[in-house]
Amino acid sequence: MAKKFMFVNRKAPYGTVYALESLEVVLISAAFEQEVALVFMDDGVYQLTKGQQTDGIGMKNFSPTYSALGDYEIKDIYIEKESLEARGLTLDDLQHLVWEDEDEDWAEKDSIHLVSSKELAAVMADQEVVITF
Amino acid sequence: MKLSIQINEGPYQHQAADSAYQFTKAALEKGHEIFRVFFYHDGVNNATRLAIPPQDDRNITQQWTELQKEHELDLVVCIAAAQRRGLLDEDEAKRQGKDANNIAEGFRISGLGQLIEAGIEADRLVVFGD
Repeated sequence: MAKKFMFVNRKAPYGTVYALESLEVVLISAAFEQEVALVFMDDGVYQLTKGQQTDGIGMKNFSPTYSALGDYEIKDIYIEKESLEARGLTLDDLQHLVWEDEDEDWAEKDSIHLVSSKELAAVMADQEVVITF
Repeated sequence: MKLSIQINEGPYQHQAADSAYQFTKAALEKGHEIFRVFFYHDGVNNATRLAIPPQDDRNITQQWTELQKEHELDLVVCIAAAQRRGLLDEDEAKRQGKDANNIAEGFRISGLGQLIEAGIEADRLVVFGD
């Protein structure tokens, strides 16, 4: 039976390895056919920013991988509104992530849910396994 | 209760490594079952047998090895995180053509699927780290 897994990403994409190693777990969890949701909050919202350029720091830009999450049946991606606003960002600064609904002739649907801290708390309370990175 | 433990931080650098050990030990003493302890990120460094902490300090790896022996714990080190950080068992060292291995007694190296399984099988997965 599938469990509800939530991965909470709170750190910037570079500077530490947490974001990259979080993504590795997320992709594996999908292979286990669990119900997977992701959260991006605090500096974690930077993980989804568009146009990342990592040549100057000599690291692999792994941000294109996020656009594949839909193919892994990961279609619930929560962005905390307060974290975005505190950093002067809007949803337009982030990648537009979608999934294809098999039941509706593969219609593209938004994976991203912009939620307040309070709303996020309610979603979090509904999970069975919460892993924070 | 059936518990799984995840450790995301290295020994001596971050208290999470100690807290995870103390929590696991206390849970066992209370009669809870530990399904698995999973070491991820810098947490994999808890499994090196080559660390030499000062004699008047705790030896975190040794503590785990002893607890493992006593309770037959399943101590799993993430292979992807371990490879990045130079943590190898004998088989992996051979396979990668390295001249040494450094994993301590009682730990085993395996994949991230073991973490997901730990989440599925346990009543609670308790994560230690920031």
